[in-house]
Amino acid sequence: MSDERINIPYRGTPEQEKELAELIARYKGTKSPLIPVLEQAQDIFGYLPEKALKIISEELQVSLAKIYGVVTFYSFFSLYPKGKYNISVCLGTACYVKGSGQIYDKLQSALGITGGQCTEDGKFSLEACRCIGACGLAPVMTVNGEVHGRLTADMVDGILAQYE
Amino acid sequence: MITIEQLQEIKEKNQDIVNFRKEHGERGNGKYRSHVLVCAGTGCTSSGSQKIADKLEEEIKAAGLEEEVCVIRTGCHGLCALGPVMIIYPEAAFYSNMELEHVPEIVSEHLVKGNVVTKYLYQETVTEDGIISMNQTNFYKPQNRVALRNCGVINPECINEYIGTGGYQALAKVLTTMSREDVVKCITDSGLRGRGGGGFPTGKKWQFAMGGEPGVQKYVCCNADEGDPGAFMDRSVLEGDPHVVFEAMAIAGYVIGANQGYIYVRAEYPIAVDRLNIALAQAREYGVLGDNIFGTGFSFDIDLRLGAGAFVCGEETALMTSIEGNRGEPRPRPPFPAVKGLFGQPTILNNVETWANIPQIILKGADWFAGMGTEKSRGTKVFALGGKINNVGLVEIPMGTTLREVVENIGGGIPNGKKFKAAQTGGPSGGCISLENYDVPIDYDNLVSIGSMMGSGGLIVMDEDDCMVDIAKFFLEFTVDESCGKCTPCRIGTKRLLELLNKITDGKAEMEDLDRMVELCNLIKENSLCALGQTAPNPVLSTYKYFKDEYIAHVKDKKCPAGKCKNLVSYHIDAEKCIGCGLCKKNCPGDAITGEKKQPHEIDTAKCLKCGVCMTKCKKDAIYKA
Repeated sequence: MSDERINIPYRGTPEQEKELAELIARYKGTKSPLIPVLEQAQDIFGYLPEKALKIISEELQVSLAKIYGVVTFYSFFSLYPKGKYNISVCLGTACYVKGSGQIYDKLQSALGITGGQCTEDGKFSLEACRCIGACGLAPVMTVNGEVHGRLTADMVDGILAQYE
Repeated sequence: MITIEQLQEIKEKNQDIVNFRKEHGERGNGKYRSHVLVCAGTGCTSSGSQKIADKLEEEIKAAGLEEEVCVIRTGCHGLCALGPVMIIYPEAAFYSNMELEHVPEIVSEHLVKGNVVTKYLYQETVTEDGIISMNQTNFYKPQNRVALRNCGVINPECINEYIGTGGYQALAKVLTTMSREDVVKCITDSGLRGRGGGGFPTGKKWQFAMGGEPGVQKYVCCNADEGDPGAFMDRSVLEGDPHVVFEAMAIAGYVIGANQGYIYVRAEYPIAVDRLNIALAQAREYGVLGDNIFGTGFSFDIDLRLGAGAFVCGEETALMTSIEGNRGEPRPRPPFPAVKGLFGQPTILNNVETWANIPQIILKGADWFAGMGTEKSRGTKVFALGGKINNVGLVEIPMGTTLREVVENIGGGIPNGKKFKAAQTGGPSGGCISLENYDVPIDYDNLVSIGSMMGSGGLIVMDEDDCMVDIAKFFLEFTVDESCGKCTPCRIGTKRLLELLNKITDGKAEMEDLDRMVELCNLIKENSLCALGQTAPNPVLSTYKYFKDEYIAHVKDKKCPAGKCKNLVSYHIDAEKCIGCGLCKKNCPGDAITGEKKQPHEIDTAKCLKCGVCMTKCKKDAIYKA
């Protein structure tokens, strides 16, 4: 795990660890528990910290190598924390033909980061996604799940300002 | 566990409620005099329909009507472009583009006094002779909703309403009056083909999985990992009518002798997952899933598995590998899943829309279904219309409808008076349909013969401003991203192909690169392990076939005719036309425009993001692309 974004100090709380233990207990002994456990562990921590993966590995008796393979295969999993506000720009086909690529470019230049990164102050992270299904509002982006639709590049600054 | 008699009782109690929700619907014994159906699908939810529904309930309560009027949060009505939408029965008044401020007036005028507030209606339903039902509009009239029949009609969180529409009757019929062979014959005769992509005959698929030794563990899977970006029909069925999928899967379980089903659904569909979980709990409570269904001795249960964002998991063997808890990599076939599938056991897998057709086929018969569509593609197909089209949304039309009908009539044409250029079907595995095939009846085989494919039914319309090389590149970027890496032709081939396309859109390619491109496409097609790789070159091949001139313009003239490819286009201001109003400068997201007030402005091409905002803002047409 050489990605420097992963070397962020672990800040898990005892409550979160307790939740994780309960989660694992629920799935232990069921058929193919790994992916559901990872999904819900990500709900608990907001991402998948290395420590949580080690606990899962020991408890479910699955090697850390296999877990790492699974985690990095699926785009839904994240090994590093996201910003306070996570921005996701839809690059599905319907949004793309309506100019979501320009929105994405504009966000990258406005935030000074590239897709997949987080701003230094930890406030915004940016990612691209493939179709959230709000094609009627294309092009769309979401900020912590809140949908902003019918975007043009000149609206971006105003939307970011709402989250200052 | 409910018995079949109890199922009939629930149906009779609830059928008046659901039957009321149509044009000239009879209230019967239904409690409420008015039903307000608010769309709570993802599209309308994104534009704020939940707040509208909350506000409606608040205002209805304030008006003292809560015993007379009910508010139902339904699945998708289809016309997503006009969201949030809602329909009020018995008038069948179709309100669109709802805003919170409209709610008090609609409650006080429509629900209290009975006067439809025409100014807030979908204007196509307003005529000189009064309002017409939405089914009479261009968007809905040519449609025939089979898979979507309950979407937008019932409350998806209420099993009683599903039963009221005849839900679980097909399962009851199968379990009590039909042999396994009867069911397979019915599905085979109906001509139903898989709605998820390839179009494999569903009956045949089931038949393959019927054999084997008795007592062998088998599985039934539902593919709800809708990967095509821009297709959302499966999600809409799950959000609007989740029980139909359970019922169909249980029927298949009976046929092949499976007692366990899995629904593999995208984690990116939170509303669908919630509704599935609610529906699952209700189905188990009623015993329509679980042990000894209707006391017939047949047992069947379903579990949900969430996909974690990997396009390749829409491929059947990859999907099963993922359910098993591994990286979702496909494996070679044979053995086919019907022989060796999930956990190494015989398995059948169909997608959501395919499942949604099954109960209706059982109840209405194979002939009814086979009576719709074309000779080799029976029934209807749901398409997600998107892109440069006025009526963005979900439509279900008989197979064999032409693209012209879909775009110009149902879709309401192209916005801003632009011209139709192409429609893309089949997502990253499909291709483009150009104007020359505008009148080809859309079905499985015709689409393949013109170089595209049905796919899951995404249909993205493009106009003259879209560059076909850029679109091909867009899909290739997607496939490169989503290639699982297992086989070389796909992992490396698509990457090299994307590099070639980048060379073309950067204006650095030579004519020989076009030949190399085609050669590489064919290599990837012939040698990849799974459908993702085999179909990955389709967007390139089909755009190259129908828009060769455009490729050549990029290579030879170093020009992008649509003005889309950034490295081949630059923006300029015509100093004679510019009046120095400053609108472009103010709106430029890249601060690339300079100039004094009332003096001609200039664009710094080095800073220009080429977003085109200035061009749309300029009122004097002074900005041009070169």
